[in-house]
Amino acid sequence: MYKRILGLVAVAACLAVPAAAAVSLGDAAGSYTISPAASSIRFTVGKAGGGGFDGAFARFKGNIRIDNSDVERSRVNITIFPESVGTGQNRIDAFLRSDAVFDAANNPEIQFRSTSVNRTSATTAVIAGQLTARGKTFPEKFTAELDGLKSGTIKFHVTGKVLRSRYGMDVGTPLYSNVVDFDMTLTGKRG
Amino acid sequence: MQTSITNTATRYGWAMIILHWLIGVIFIGQFVLGVVMVRIPSQRASFELIQLHKSFGFLLLGLVILRIAWRLGNAVPALPASVGTLERRTAPLAHFALYAFQIALPLSGWALVSVSTLEIPTMPFNQFVMPNLPLAESDAAESFWSAAHWYLAYAGIALVALHIAAAFRHHFLLRDSVLARMITPSSDGE
Repeated sequence: MYKRILGLVAVAACLAVPAAAAVSLGDAAGSYTISPAASSIRFTVGKAGGGGFDGAFARFKGNIRIDNSDVERSRVNITIFPESVGTGQNRIDAFLRSDAVFDAANNPEIQFRSTSVNRTSATTAVIAGQLTARGKTFPEKFTAELDGLKSGTIKFHVTGKVLRSRYGMDVGTPLYSNVVDFDMTLTGKRG
Repeated sequence: MQTSITNTATRYGWAMIILHWLIGVIFIGQFVLGVVMVRIPSQRASFELIQLHKSFGFLLLGLVILRIAWRLGNAVPALPASVGTLERRTAPLAHFALYAFQIALPLSGWALVSVSTLEIPTMPFNQFVMPNLPLAESDAAESFWSAAHWYLAYAGIALVALHIAAAFRHHFLLRDSVLARMITPSSDGE
């Protein structure tokens, strides 16, 4: 725990200090590969009349590069395999994989490529990027919060809302909300 | 002579005539839609057709309640004198059964969506959320109500076919007023 606090302080310092002074904080800087085993990509879609349904993607890959000199030049790329979607209900999973939603057979990957990182506090940032799903690309924003940093491992809690209608996945509106709430834990391992 | 909204001793008023044909068209349309929606390959089209089927089901239920209330509060036109004893006895039974199916089909559909483990909300014509019936959700209950809804649908449509055949028999073979009076309303002059 003590070590973790130290780590957070180190990153907070890294985020807060001017670029020239960041050299000594090579701790956080570097390239990380997202570890699916220690990460999760969950989502919730609200339902008319209350409640909603939750799902998660079991398979994804990606990397995070924290820039040594300027945190705002950091990058994150994530590829999700929609075939791996799971909601706990087989019929819903089959529906989501079908051409009604992800059309996973023809569009096996959903990609996010960051375009900018804007620091909003010592441990939070807004990550903007291009999200591509079903052949359509739109800019999206996610909020990332540093959730842990220890030797060689960095952990972020990432949240964001995506309008599914833009990606040709508007089926079921207004019974089901157009807004998909993402809640991700992304753990990167150095290297 | 002005057409009448209410029934008379021998004729149907236009309220009953409109309800009859509207419900008849929706009932048969719902059967066709129900068969198509579960066989269509596109999951998206299937989903949307099922929601449409649910919407029309609730519309049907509302119209049927109105129709039964109207029927109970109105005179039932007597059959023409030429109608035989057997038919005079069985026709009311067939009509009672038709009403029973008109009620049972939407209710069994409502039960089906209420117990379904898919928990898909119901919004008739995307206007408002229709609450579920207070029934426990389970895969077993869903299978039961799904089967019940299908059997009722097939039995109901068979009875509708019989009803149509009887109407044609009256019109083309017996040449009486039974079908015609369900098309032309009663009037004040009668």
